[in-house]
Amino acid sequence: MSKTLFDKIWDAHVVKELGNDEVLLYIDRHLVHEVTSPQAFEGLRLAGRKVRRPDCTFATMDHNVPTDESRMNITDPIAKAQVDALTENCATTSVTLFPLGDDRQGVIHIIGPEQGIVLPGMTVVCGDSHTATHGAFGSIAFGIGTSEVEHVLATQTLRQKKPKNYKVEFTGTLKPGVTAKDMVLKLISIIGTAGGTSCAFEFCGEAIETLSMEGRLTICNMAIEAGARAGLVAPDQITFDYVGSGNRVYAPKGDELVKAIENWKQFYTDEGAHFDHELTIDVNDLAPQVTWGTSPGMGVDVTGEVPALDAVPEYSPADVRAALDYMGLEPGTKMTDIEIETVFIGSCTNGRIEDLREAAEYIKGKKVAEGVRMLVVPGSEAVRYQGEKERLDRIFIEAGAEWRFAGCSMCLAMNADKLRDKERCASTSNRNFEGRQGKGGRTHLVSPKMAAAAAVAGHFVDIREEL
Amino acid sequence: MDKFEKFTGIVAGVDRANIDTDALIPKEHLKSIKRTGFGAALFSDWRYFDDGSDNPDFVLNKPETKNAEILVTRNNCGCGSSREHAVWAVVQYGFKAIIAPRQDENPGFADIFRNNCGKNGLLTIELSEVQVDEIFQTLEKEPGVQGTVDLAAQTVTLHAASGDQVYSFDIAADLKTKLLEGLDDIALTLQYEADITAYEAEHR
Repeated sequence: MSKTLFDKIWDAHVVKELGNDEVLLYIDRHLVHEVTSPQAFEGLRLAGRKVRRPDCTFATMDHNVPTDESRMNITDPIAKAQVDALTENCATTSVTLFPLGDDRQGVIHIIGPEQGIVLPGMTVVCGDSHTATHGAFGSIAFGIGTSEVEHVLATQTLRQKKPKNYKVEFTGTLKPGVTAKDMVLKLISIIGTAGGTSCAFEFCGEAIETLSMEGRLTICNMAIEAGARAGLVAPDQITFDYVGSGNRVYAPKGDELVKAIENWKQFYTDEGAHFDHELTIDVNDLAPQVTWGTSPGMGVDVTGEVPALDAVPEYSPADVRAALDYMGLEPGTKMTDIEIETVFIGSCTNGRIEDLREAAEYIKGKKVAEGVRMLVVPGSEAVRYQGEKERLDRIFIEAGAEWRFAGCSMCLAMNADKLRDKERCASTSNRNFEGRQGKGGRTHLVSPKMAAAAAVAGHFVDIREEL
Repeated sequence: MDKFEKFTGIVAGVDRANIDTDALIPKEHLKSIKRTGFGAALFSDWRYFDDGSDNPDFVLNKPETKNAEILVTRNNCGCGSSREHAVWAVVQYGFKAIIAPRQDENPGFADIFRNNCGKNGLLTIELSEVQVDEIFQTLEKEPGVQGTVDLAAQTVTLHAASGDQVYSFDIAADLKTKLLEGLDDIALTLQYEADITAYEAEHR
């Protein structure tokens, strides 16, 4: 029988059918961070249980860590307690930890791929909704809650019901200046933040096949913003080259890699396989996207304007009104007239080296507009080193931006990097929810190139006109 | 996990769609290594003013509804972050059930949130949009109205002044059993340890 990419990986990981459509699913890689794990380790301890596969479990601290010079001496006592708890929990359970100050530390979803921890055909979970990122390798990767973190620590499995298959085909070729981020923001504005609920996306089509791994990671990362727990891309030569390149400590090497690639070639959707939903988006005329509201589906073309209350299909007029009140915007305002005060480049969505290169390429020799604060936060220490090797740090600093150490930083503002009340930000992160980047803060989601251009102009601009 | 018993409690409505987990529990309240103490943080950006005082207009600060045990929202409740702290906050505030509307493919609850609720004995109930509209109308007319949730019978009953409004709901059979019996997932799974070991041996 014809199977989808998702079905093939799923079927290969079923340990046991539990009845009622539920299966016991084996988990190959468990990624752990400091915020959603302490209660799971505590539960394990109280029940006298052990971590079943410490060799398949990898941890780092990313969510609450400072990204400035103070990071090694965390002064927030509660953040420090979480970091200390993770250190202690990993030490007592033999889980591999990339601690603060380690060359391999960084945002968990950046370092998983970077270190070769996540590979095609695997099942991957983490107590974080953006685990969907790793599906870019052709793996089933999804976020879980803390109870499930404890379940995986104890059993290396999860009790799961199979999601539906949802095919999203991107046809055509991106115009210069338009990126993977714009593709996924467009998808979410079409189907809404619940459009993919109970589904796993498979992203395919010409515009996906020609994307770099970095771009694919960006798209899969935001599958959850469309409601889907997972998003996958079939592995191909671009995937294999990525795994084989760089210093991916945990990836197979040499003959092992050759053998592994032969095995990974089975992970594609068979001709005629059934999808429960299908959607095609043509990217030939796709414009750079900017969000105007407090939900990732509230986005428009940069050439557009803030919509009328009744002109947003996936949201009620009341929702749109509430979003605009919070954002301090009115219908009819041109997106390019919206002035910003802060720019954030980073996060598991857009904190990879390619993202920083794209932003740096635009900003080189230019200056951040008067009164605008710009933060560049590499997704990992490895990205930071690479950026410094390429002198990207100098480009950003000379333009007037801050160059930071790795962490989640202003994507969720659990550390000191926050927006003030009513402060408006162009952000390369993934969520524009109320208060996400600081209480009262106003977030507009954009690509790294668009963020860099907004930093220089002080308002949104159509990057295509700048090239 | 405690067994889910039939109960009667006050119903409170937050009339918004896409209530994300950042709204349920803003991140400044996530910095704990404990599983308790999150109730006071539920909806904190909406519930409190900047100086920490109560916003009297928010439903959970109104005398009739502050002791509510049944929460009603619009669709896609719990979207966004996977933080289970959001569910802990809802439960520790005192809620035992949440009601949200499903309309065709538009779900009442986001996947991860619904899963997390199940692990914490918090019942998620999906009704139709028309039914949830009707509940919101009753809540507006009769703040503090009580409801009864009977999981065994799969009904929720709103005790309106004009008479009981009874709604039936669907729930997966395995989740229903787990909630009614208060079963611990990990203990259940560990019954299959031999299967897990066999799988590992085969895939090494």
